[in-house]
Amino acid sequence: MKANLKYNICWLILMVAGFYLMNALILVGVIDSFLENMVVTIGINIILAVGLNLVIGFAGQFSLGHAGFMAVGAYATAIIISKTPTAGAFYASIIVGVVVAIIAALIVGIPTLRLRGDYLAIATMGAAEIIRIIINNLKITNGPSGMFNIPQFATWPVVYTMVCITTIIIVNFIHSRGGRAALAVREDEIAAESMGINIFKWKLAAFVLGAATAAVAGSMQASYLQTIAPNNFNIMESIAILIIVVLGGVGSITGSFVAATILGVVDAALQSFGALRMVIYALVLILIMIFKPSGIMGSRELSFKRLFSRKNKKVGAKS
Amino acid sequence: MTTLLNVENLVKNFGGLTAVSDVDMHLNDDELVALIGPNGAGKTTLFNLLTGVIVPSSGSITFRGTDGVIPLNGMKTYKIANLGMGRTFQNIRLFKELTVLDNVLIAMTAHYKENFIQSVFRFPKFYRTEAQIRKEAIELLKIFDLQDDVDKLAKNLPYGIQRRLEIVRSLAMKPKILFLDEPAAGMNPEETADLTRLIRQVQRDFHITVLLIEHDMSLVMNLASRIYVLDHGSLLAEGTPTEIQQNDAVIKAYLGEEA
Repeated sequence: MKANLKYNICWLILMVAGFYLMNALILVGVIDSFLENMVVTIGINIILAVGLNLVIGFAGQFSLGHAGFMAVGAYATAIIISKTPTAGAFYASIIVGVVVAIIAALIVGIPTLRLRGDYLAIATMGAAEIIRIIINNLKITNGPSGMFNIPQFATWPVVYTMVCITTIIIVNFIHSRGGRAALAVREDEIAAESMGINIFKWKLAAFVLGAATAAVAGSMQASYLQTIAPNNFNIMESIAILIIVVLGGVGSITGSFVAATILGVVDAALQSFGALRMVIYALVLILIMIFKPSGIMGSRELSFKRLFSRKNKKVGAKS
Repeated sequence: MTTLLNVENLVKNFGGLTAVSDVDMHLNDDELVALIGPNGAGKTTLFNLLTGVIVPSSGSITFRGTDGVIPLNGMKTYKIANLGMGRTFQNIRLFKELTVLDNVLIAMTAHYKENFIQSVFRFPKFYRTEAQIRKEAIELLKIFDLQDDVDKLAKNLPYGIQRRLEIVRSLAMKPKILFLDEPAAGMNPEETADLTRLIRQVQRDFHITVLLIEHDMSLVMNLASRIYVLDHGSLLAEGTPTEIQQNDAVIKAYLGEEA
């Protein structure tokens, strides 16, 4: 228990330090509004990638519909805070987005999670397209032209806090009874079932939790960028999130953080190259996939527990 | 002695092929039964039927649980497992990328509860439950001399230890019946002798019924109190090891007809 407290305090210090570092850099003027935009985009991508990594990397279910759940959160927030632009309504809208996304994930997941591999990928992709097309045709969402002048409540501290909260929830879920059951499903479905694990239930749990965090990311995006359109949530967005997950390492939360940051920085640095940007971006991806096919981090994680035990071992070896 | 598992007229057809035909068998409390037969006799199919991995075409399987006799036909695999049926696999099916400890903890999933909110926000109750089940798992691993491998990945263990871990993992489910599918496959005589001791120890200390498929006759004759012989999907003989050794039909099935 004491040891756990030590690791938890380390993580807390890391989170608070990150916050104050960012704050200081903005005050000093190192981070201007362009860089702040980059940091927030990275944060939103982290939320999305960590959620998708839970579904793909830990539960082993290949989903290509992440952008659909993101759209649900984005539109929930956009619609609610356009009508009542208060901070309270903003936070309530995040919860509404999460709840609707959970319902959508249950509706999508119950029939499709019985499928495997590529079939599941295609089915979830289709489900996300259905969500997008529904939004495209509703009056309340302003159809294909999207929504503008959404009040900005999602400033960078809000996004930063949400990154921390969603990551804590997902990481803690992975290291609990449910997470272990999901890992068992990924490793071997037949063995998991023979060990008394309801594989469908835990697949669905991971899928729904992933969808819920995607909705949070959607809410952040809608309120930070202040403008959204159905086309922001098409298949390309799902694939962009998938790229982050694969690049960072399928099954590594730390990897998703690293990859989202690298891609965010590369993307911002190449802003001035225009069309050439996508070529360079693709080249970077290809190179990493050639030299490190398991992703930047593989399935490794940053762990204070391991850092400490390694240090102890070294001390022990010396004495 | 009372019957724990009862099988009547069990049939399984795969299209035109009858893999298991009209099998009657029963398992009593606390006994060690072996299922033998030539390759392709339908032994693993019968195992898969009993553990619910595949659904029988006809016939009945009933299990005497804590509250009466339960029919198992068509019940979901995980529910059957949670009634108290543990198993190992012919081709080892450990969770390879996970640690030895996680493998055991996963098998204990049905035996403890963790509330989502409590585990996600790390309430003290969560740490208490985790500490408790970890202790239980490590104690179980200690009994089988695996305490030094707790943090190793299952795939990095030597073959014989993987087999042993698979047995430990199924014991973590606290089963009433343990199904062992060719536990000695691919083992050298020394490892087989170890395994024989291990199975005897398991059966004695945990008071569970064991049904085992095995080709290694030294192991079967040493351990089993009763033997079922399966050939071409149907039961050929049933009896004690000595009876089976003298049974003409069994000798014929294994060695062919005398010229």
